[in-house]
Amino acid sequence: MIKIKAKDVDVFYGKKQALFNISLDIEENQVTALIGPSGCGKSTFLRCLNRMNDVIDICSVKGEILINDFNINDKGCDVVRLREKIGMVFQKPNPFPKTLYENVSYGPTIHGIAQSKQEMDEIVETSLKKAALWEEVKDRLHEPGTGLSGGQQQRLCIARAISVRPEVILMDEPCSALDPIATAQIEELIDELKKEHTIIIVTHSMAQAARVSQNTGFFHLGQLIEHGSTDKIFKNPDNKKTQDYITGRFG
Amino acid sequence: MNKNKEQLLNKRYKAEQRFRLYGQSAIFMALLFLTIFIFKIFSTGYSAFQKTWLIVPVNFDAELMMLDENPTKQDIEDADYYEIALQSMWNLDPNANEDQQNQLKRMVSYFFEREIKQELLKDPNLLGKTKEVYLTASDDLDQVFKGNYPRDLPEDQRRVSDYQLKIFDQLVANGNVESKFNISFFTNADSREAELAGIASSFMGSIFSILVCLMIAFPVAVLAAIYLEEFAPKNRFTDFIEVNINNLAAVPSIVFGLLGLGVLLAIFQLPRSTPLVGGITLSLMTLPTIIIAARASLKAVPPSIREAALAMGASRMQTTMHHTVPLSMPGTLSGTIIGLAQALGETAPLILIGMVAFVNTIPGSPMDPAASLPVQIYIWAESAERGFVEKVSACIMVLLSFLIIMNLFAQIIRHKFEKKWS
Repeated sequence: MIKIKAKDVDVFYGKKQALFNISLDIEENQVTALIGPSGCGKSTFLRCLNRMNDVIDICSVKGEILINDFNINDKGCDVVRLREKIGMVFQKPNPFPKTLYENVSYGPTIHGIAQSKQEMDEIVETSLKKAALWEEVKDRLHEPGTGLSGGQQQRLCIARAISVRPEVILMDEPCSALDPIATAQIEELIDELKKEHTIIIVTHSMAQAARVSQNTGFFHLGQLIEHGSTDKIFKNPDNKKTQDYITGRFG
Repeated sequence: MNKNKEQLLNKRYKAEQRFRLYGQSAIFMALLFLTIFIFKIFSTGYSAFQKTWLIVPVNFDAELMMLDENPTKQDIEDADYYEIALQSMWNLDPNANEDQQNQLKRMVSYFFEREIKQELLKDPNLLGKTKEVYLTASDDLDQVFKGNYPRDLPEDQRRVSDYQLKIFDQLVANGNVESKFNISFFTNADSREAELAGIASSFMGSIFSILVCLMIAFPVAVLAAIYLEEFAPKNRFTDFIEVNINNLAAVPSIVFGLLGLGVLLAIFQLPRSTPLVGGITLSLMTLPTIIIAARASLKAVPPSIREAALAMGASRMQTTMHHTVPLSMPGTLSGTIIGLAQALGETAPLILIGMVAFVNTIPGSPMDPAASLPVQIYIWAESAERGFVEKVSACIMVLLSFLIIMNLFAQIIRHKFEKKWS
């Protein structure tokens, strides 16, 4: 099942073109990794999917991005509804400087998902459990989220993202600020989450892409050089550039 | 070669030592000036918090007061106290001639009649009896008692005559001169008589002005800052606005005074000399300060927090109101307090809008004429009487303590509530 279908996406920062003609299909309930050297446009593409590029004044996006056959670049698309369906986890853990509970309950609160305090408590608990954080923090839900360790903070951000039950989760190098143990925990978590969510992850680590993803797209200089199943990309890429990048000859 | 290196190293150490010395002496100089300043103010000002009283026996003679037997409360209220007041002063020297009697009368404040009246109103049974009453000494005798008056000047250069000094010294010797805490300095409005002058009017004027200023400047400035920082597109026009807000912060305050005079008084016909007009004028001045502080603290909120909220599906307004603004509030508030502290110390614009007028009533609302603390300092500093010298310093002390408290408060808010971003 195709969840997201990007067709001829061009992105401009002012006059400078950052993405050229990207067409990419994302499979439902699978992990898609976007790899490539720094500045190749993979994060930019990721941010197209929940229209986070809107925040940047000079950024303009052209082309079609269909999610459930609905073009999110249409004038009629409501970004608030879109971002409810498409969660995002950022490179640097960015919990709100509020309590753990408030962090996780923020999404359900603004979208009016929970009807009662009880229901909210449940949502917070399930989200934290799914993010494999519950056991560590269940006794201090009302302490500030910024007091956690880096890895815990990132899992808190994941819990926050899944609290509104998004269909898609975008992850922008979620492990780049974490140590190997925390990274392993997050990777395990990603594997678990893909049962219910479609996941797109931008990563610098090729090993990570190979470990967690089923599909991989390789970006270079704003172009999608090659995409396909992770197995194929890593073992038998069609393109020479992909081959060079994967074997560590550049990037 | 090695020796060269050693020399070079020594030179570097010496240079650093010299630099430290310069820095330390700079700080020493700054502290020295501050200490001298505070010492000067304090040493001239502290005596203003004491007031000298003459204890004079007063005979509440019903006949002199034109009271019948068994007067009602109203009768006592309406009675004539001037005669008995005069008599009790004259009694200090039964042999005084007319000129000396005049001098005796001038040893106390012109308020003495009312002080005697208060005494009788408190206890009507005193009628027909004699009681020692505390009377406010004249400002010159007050200064004599505090040791601030040069008694050794030739008599014709003094405002206190030899005769008055003689009587006063007798009173002192008999223990009939007392110095007490000067409550009236805080409860009285301004007066032409230094011994009666107080800061109540200017204090209330300052409070009202600051409140008006706060109520206008804070919401306008915060909204302007939020809009500019979070919502406005970044283009030439908003750049132009930003530059001009910074320019506005640098405009000399007297210009705002002229604006208040020309617009608020001349065009809108608002009541002259009132804290309302003063507050509006000050708010124009405080506005850019608060806008700049609020924008700076909005800018200090990391973009990652905004992104987190937006990515959760919060609207821009929700992101701003739920996250950015609360996080920027400590900085905004401390900026506001510092802006208000500036406004509190501002004199020039208030003089232009007429808050320099002599006001001897305590304002009950921002619509009543009032002075303000810094203007009061200016008014008193212009007065010739010796009694006002200490008042000026005392008023400065009050003003400074307020500024210090406000700045301290700003610091506390900043340190206690501002989030530290790693």
